[in-house]
Amino acid sequence: MIDKFRTDPAVALAPIPSGSCIAVGGFGSSGRPDTLLDALCDLDRRDLHVVVNNVGSDFTGIGRLLAEGRIRRLTASFPVLPEFYDVYFAGNVELELIPQGTLAERLRAGGAGIPAFYTPSGAGTMLADGTFPLGYDASGDVAACMPERERREFGGREHVLEYGIVADFALVKACQGDRRGNLRFRLSARNFNPLAAMSGRYTFAEVEHVVEAGELGPDDIHLPGVFVDEVLLASAESPRQPAYSVIPGATS
Amino acid sequence: MTQATAPVAVGGRSRDGIAARLAADLKDGYVVNLGVGIPLLIPKHIPAGVEVILHAENGVFGLGPPAPAGQEDPDLTDAGKQPVTLITGAAIVDSAMSFAVVRGGHLDVTVLGALQVSARGDLANWYVPGKNPAVGGAMDLVAGAREVWATMEHVDRAGRPKIVPECTFPLTGCGVVTRVYTDLAVFHVIDGQLVLKECAPGVDPDVIRERTAASYVEDLG
Repeated sequence: MIDKFRTDPAVALAPIPSGSCIAVGGFGSSGRPDTLLDALCDLDRRDLHVVVNNVGSDFTGIGRLLAEGRIRRLTASFPVLPEFYDVYFAGNVELELIPQGTLAERLRAGGAGIPAFYTPSGAGTMLADGTFPLGYDASGDVAACMPERERREFGGREHVLEYGIVADFALVKACQGDRRGNLRFRLSARNFNPLAAMSGRYTFAEVEHVVEAGELGPDDIHLPGVFVDEVLLASAESPRQPAYSVIPGATS
Repeated sequence: MTQATAPVAVGGRSRDGIAARLAADLKDGYVVNLGVGIPLLIPKHIPAGVEVILHAENGVFGLGPPAPAGQEDPDLTDAGKQPVTLITGAAIVDSAMSFAVVRGGHLDVTVLGALQVSARGDLANWYVPGKNPAVGGAMDLVAGAREVWATMEHVDRAGRPKIVPECTFPLTGCGVVTRVYTDLAVFHVIDGQLVLKECAPGVDPDVIRERTAASYVEDLG
């Protein structure tokens, strides 16, 4: 029988070694796997490469890993935490800054067996021409730049080559999950979660609701369990309110 | 070294006023992406009788106004991570699908904040060297949307023009801006040339000339 349910996040995440590349879902705090991130924080793992759209505006989760000097490289489109940049300019973390759509597609591609793809996003900018500082040294000088992207014209327009991301592990959050690992997300908390899950060679999902296999209809599953290895219940402490508003005819 | 002085008040639009002026140009049926900053003020200014699909890069098609107090849902936010509402018939997708829409040419307009816009429509809006870089979806949006409408204050806090002959900050995209909406004016970029189309109510064209470093053509019709 396939049973991907696990009960203890600390036990589940224990096999993640230092030095791992970890893809994380979420957009801001929406859909962010806080239970798994807290568990990762409590394990003494270092030298991590974290792939995530944002570093949140607080010192939990990725912010805490950063503050504790446990992240070697961040691949992101929009770090928010001001203190992140202090660490970056001080030469204690590398920043691979990626256009958001490229980041999403790199995760998807990595999980889909596409090693690289061409995109117009970022062509002709500092994020493609090899001049954006990947990291600084202790004296505040640029130590290394993000590599220049290979370029090619399609239809008379410049595109840049971007590589798929295959992460060692992924941490994601969903609204519902069953023992087979099938996931269903809720509203805009979906965001990067299915893509991070695809990118991970081994994927952990925290879910707000555990459901029986079969309760999610085959047409209602957003991400099939083949992309998910272990399912845990999200901590009840993550605060949320159930209702959202539909404004009938708000724009008409 | 010259001391920059804060601009003298000359009237013009508030940030909400800029959003309302831009919203008046949205056409029925448009699919419109909203970036962070002034663009996020647009949902409450959509004119009556105009139905548009407002897109947030985190995967929402059919943004409504901000969520009323007490009805915020952490699972439903806009690109600025603020709680929002949905209009009837809204759809939600993942981030890869969201940007497939963006790059695939399925957006009529993206409305973005700007640090600088150049005379030929170059946009800089992600990085002031030495400060904190963050790009979000801006480079995907300017690469994919049919039109890029920039919204910003006409001058920066020190009174320096933000519409300039050449952007001095790193570019988001080259020659991508098609319109600029500021507190003082509306410009269109036509055939690589900036054209002043409109002065804000009570704002003299001379004031705009004074506060715009780029050369432009006047077509105030």
